[in-house]
Amino acid sequence: MLVIRRDLVEAIVEHARRDHPDEACGVIAGPSADRPERFVPMLNAARSPTFYEFESGDLLRLYREMDANDEVPAVVYHSHTATEAYPSRTDVSYAGEPEAHYVLVSTREPDTHEFRSYRIVDGEITEEPVTVVESYESSPGE
Amino acid sequence: MAITVSIPTILRTHTGGEKSVEAAGATIAEVIDNLESNHGGLKSRLVKDGVLHRFVNIYVNDEDVRFAGGLEAKVADGDNVTILPAVAGGSR
Repeated sequence: MLVIRRDLVEAIVEHARRDHPDEACGVIAGPSADRPERFVPMLNAARSPTFYEFESGDLLRLYREMDANDEVPAVVYHSHTATEAYPSRTDVSYAGEPEAHYVLVSTREPDTHEFRSYRIVDGEITEEPVTVVESYESSPGE
Repeated sequence: MAITVSIPTILRTHTGGEKSVEAAGATIAEVIDNLESNHGGLKSRLVKDGVLHRFVNIYVNDEDVRFAGGLEAKVADGDNVTILPAVAGGSR
């Protein structure tokens, strides 16, 4: 299950809307995979309605920053702008973070969006429920 | 002095959970062969048909080896090699 703060969901959806019809992408970093906290929108270097990729220099800087902060990519998100919010074969072949929650947002409808989350491990997709909360109950380690 | 190689989460099954390992070699290809001899199974996750797998990025210090000769990119003692899964995908 993905438990995620409402403001982070809103930030992802806003990013997806802003970049529509191109795909938007980014991560939410946190101290563990089940604690998404820091919204990090990334540039889609492909600038494409059907493909996204983090630019390689941006990717290195992001991972160094997360390493320095003791963070992991809790959520890796991207949008599909003309299809449903379900991982494509390309998404699965690239999925390289077995502990991350892969969030997909579909912006194909102008007034409503789909926001769904998956785990992708060894090529296998498992959808998981999403629980949106106003704030997390306690800080990690408390 | 050796070369320090950062291993991403998804490949740590090959390094007994280690985030960072040491390796030797004068090029990325040699470093990968050296890694393979100590951590079997890594090479096939990094190289396919003699070229760097498109699902991974390898950096020597700050430089993506794709822009520095690919597998023939030069590496020197004391360099940091970072392996990261490419983050990409798409609706097709």
